[in-house]
Amino acid sequence: MIERRGWRVRALHLWLPLGGFLLVGLAPFYWMAITSLKPNAELYNTRIMPLIVYHPTLKHYVDLLTETSFLTWTWNTTVVAVASTAISLVLGSMLAYPLARMRFAGAGLMAATVAATYLVPQPFLFIPLADIINNLGLSNTLTSVILTYPTMLIPFCAWLLIGYFKTVPRELEEAARIDGASRYQTMLRVILPLCVPGFISAGIFAFTLSQNEFLYALIFLTKTDVRTVPVGAIAELIRGDVFYWGQLMAAALLGSLPVAFLYSFFVEHYVAGLTAGSVKA
Amino acid sequence: MATATSTAVAVARRPPALGDAIGRWLDREAVFSWLMMALPLVFLFALVGYPFVYGVWLSLEDRPVAQPGVFVGLGNFIADAHDPVFWQVARNTFIYTGVATVLKMVGGLALALVINQSFRAKNLVRAALLLPFIVPTVLSTVAWMWILDPAFSVLNWILVHAGMARPGPSWLGNPSLAMASIIVINTWRGLPFYAITILAGLQTIPLDLYEAATIDGAGSWARFRHITLPLLKPVILIVTVFSIIFTFADFQLVYVLTHGGPANATQLFATYAFDIAMTGGQLGRGASVALAMLPILGLMIIALTAYMRRRE
Repeated sequence: MIERRGWRVRALHLWLPLGGFLLVGLAPFYWMAITSLKPNAELYNTRIMPLIVYHPTLKHYVDLLTETSFLTWTWNTTVVAVASTAISLVLGSMLAYPLARMRFAGAGLMAATVAATYLVPQPFLFIPLADIINNLGLSNTLTSVILTYPTMLIPFCAWLLIGYFKTVPRELEEAARIDGASRYQTMLRVILPLCVPGFISAGIFAFTLSQNEFLYALIFLTKTDVRTVPVGAIAELIRGDVFYWGQLMAAALLGSLPVAFLYSFFVEHYVAGLTAGSVKA
Repeated sequence: MATATSTAVAVARRPPALGDAIGRWLDREAVFSWLMMALPLVFLFALVGYPFVYGVWLSLEDRPVAQPGVFVGLGNFIADAHDPVFWQVARNTFIYTGVATVLKMVGGLALALVINQSFRAKNLVRAALLLPFIVPTVLSTVAWMWILDPAFSVLNWILVHAGMARPGPSWLGNPSLAMASIIVINTWRGLPFYAITILAGLQTIPLDLYEAATIDGAGSWARFRHITLPLLKPVILIVTVFSIIFTFADFQLVYVLTHGGPANATQLFATYAFDIAMTGGQLGRGASVALAMLPILGLMIIALTAYMRRRE
């Protein structure tokens, strides 16, 4: 930078606020981890200092994996997230490609409709959808959420991919066309392979959004064997007034791991997806 | 590949075949585009457009679950207007959205400015700061629930041992504290999203603007006020409106943490609509409560869409 700064200024402008934000941001995760490792005797003892574990135990994890359907919920969550992400990437590309690269009447209106659809929050749709899913006989099937999650994900993927598709130079497309390739071949063999980073961004983001979804899963999935992790944890580890805190925290931690793991590998792609639309690079 | 295709076209051209004509028709920009978009559009129409219209229709019916509905016109909306809880819900939603949005915007801008300095392990820090946003909301809310637990709250343990309270407050049992709690947790989760997006905006501002301003004698506040803020305005505007839409329609956090309680003190439109429709089985009435958000959110959705399109 232009000015030279002393360490005092740097501490005040950088390390102090950064430390504060990190502390508040990460403390709940520390608390989640600590709680999941505490034996019940420590968990429910108000006399001892609660910030550390005295006798760490994996009992809550063992109980969670053996006494509840947590593994089934994890499997369901994964199947749903993978399937709805795949559907959304394919249908999102089919929507984005013409909007990004073709000139036709109605393109502007369509692009606006896609953006607006992305902004429609779930509460406008869950009551009618509950009735529709019920009438179709899809209640308590994973199909119900695999079909409904893409309603949020397709517009998002399309919106993000439009930006990526636009970055491929027109000359490449024209060269392929002159060589006799049809529009379909040009798209599949020339343009799409160049947009892999866009697909990764959209895919990661769609995957985390599906893992995060709660409302549709809560309404459509009411049986243990079809539940996803968030719904299973809330519905079955809290029974009336009884909270299985150790198991809840273990479930929260384990349930967050797939997303956190994937995210740590693709932070840059994730951030690109996050900031798409609001920031023009 | 290219030569093979052109030979095929040349061969096919001699007797002007029907297949060739269809091929050329399919290759027209408009035909290709609409065919390509047909499937996703049908999908979105069936699962967004149709349910939305059906929801409007439901809101005009008296429709107990699993029974045929009776058309009641605006009856449900009139019932909403006479329902004191409905007005409390409206107030709650405005307070929740308003306060949380201001906190996220100011805090997010501050955090973005902090990370925008150069320091070691920057990427790691940025990744860690975004963690609250990527972890599934329901799961992190469970952790917060335990932090705010009436008997075993770690927050109260700290407050008591720091001599600041004895005993600690009942965070989710007191109406104002419950509202404050959901606002803080929503801010905790959403602030990193603002920060990272604003940071991306900050990084697009050319550094020579700052250098020129410094040469002209502008101090750090003047540079922030006259360069940073004006250039960030579009980004902040988009992020804020986007976040207002989804905070206004929030469901997960409140459903898990307070179920709208105590005594509807944290009930929002979405959770109230859920209670009426899913728990109470009154689909029509529930749909009317959800649609009560439409005038405000519809306006914001249209405005944001138009703004983003104009920046294209």
